Amino acid sequence: MSEPLTPSQTVGPFFGVGLPYEGSEDAIPAERPGAIRVEGQLTDGKGEAVPDALLEVWEPTVGFGRCRTDSEGAFHFVVGRPQKGAASNGVADAPHLNVTVFARGLLRHLVTRMYFPDEPANDRDPVLQLIDAARRQTLIARRTGNVLHFDIRLQGDDETVFFAV
Amino acid sequence: MAVDPPYLYPDYVGTRLRAPSKPQVRLPKGSFDFDAPAFPRKVGELEHDLTRQHAGEPLGERIIVTGRVMDSDGRPVKHAVVELWQANAAGRYLDDGDQHPAPLDPNFSGAGRCLTDQHGRYRFITIKPGAYPWKNHLNAWRPAHIHFSLFGNYFRSRLVTQMYFPGDPLMPHDPILQSVPDDKGRARLVARWDQETTVPEWALGYQWDIVLRGRESTPFEDEHH
Repeated sequence: MSEPLTPSQTVGPFFGVGLPYEGSEDAIPAERPGAIRVEGQLTDGKGEAVPDALLEVWEPTVGFGRCRTDSEGAFHFVVGRPQKGAASNGVADAPHLNVTVFARGLLRHLVTRMYFPDEPANDRDPVLQLIDAARRQTLIARRTGNVLHFDIRLQGDDETVFFAV
Repeated sequence: MAVDPPYLYPDYVGTRLRAPSKPQVRLPKGSFDFDAPAFPRKVGELEHDLTRQHAGEPLGERIIVTGRVMDSDGRPVKHAVVELWQANAAGRYLDDGDQHPAPLDPNFSGAGRCLTDQHGRYRFITIKPGAYPWKNHLNAWRPAHIHFSLFGNYFRSRLVTQMYFPGDPLMPHDPILQSVPDDKGRARLVARWDQETTVPEWALGYQWDIVLRGRESTPFEDEHH
């Protein structure tokens, strides 16, 4: 017997008073050794900035963070590098963060993964291997100095890979 | 029949450029079976009462909104964070982006949090939000609604949704509510006025139960298949 689920509705544009809180972008304290700053931009099917979205990162060994996009669609987090993921099909997943996207115009949230660049385990990661090589790079952050860049495109040719959860 | 709205629902114009166009990737069963985040912030004693966050009381019809949070396995979701936000009685949000020419209320911010108890019950005290116009189509007005955000026990339990009020004549015209594909699903988003919850001489009471995905639930239906 399963209970009928409550349907999802959009977060709408006016969640700012309710969901973000001071310091919510930091999944771990920025001063902690190993803290990594992640920056990205969220864009729509025309490549335009999505200025009214909320992103969450969550990884059990790292922590939880929440950031609203600004007028340029930009977001940022402070995260740690997670331990290797749980083994699926006998092969441990490469380190990654779960990223959830809410926005005006999204009637349900979206879930993607951010993998780390220069990570040898990416080549054996069973999830990355499931995905066409052409789209795989949408899941792997790029490094510029000490900052990781992870852009998310909701729609279009270079659309980010989202997962059925 | 799918429970949730599709990503692309053209009557809701905002979906047209934001709905992903490619099928979602389905991972092996169990890939997302891990716990929900532990909410990293303490929920204060008074955060559930949106009428006591300022020096004076907000204008509007005082209401109590309460109900049970369960998962699809029928278990109560205990000691879990419920977050809520809404417009004021005039239909205006405390948000720089809200251009509706209705007054702000200096005594109302419109956001609250609470924890469910050991039976999964939550309870908020607030005021009934007003309807407000939006630019989706000519003379588009959102029915009165309260936004809810819940984590539940598992990552897959995460839900952001909206609660509506019974008898609101705007509901049949609202593409956001109508995006839910069947009558029963839409009915699950409408609270019930409840005499038992109503407090004499003080506040109207509404009951609204919420069901989140449990451990045994199936993945989101992918609309492309």
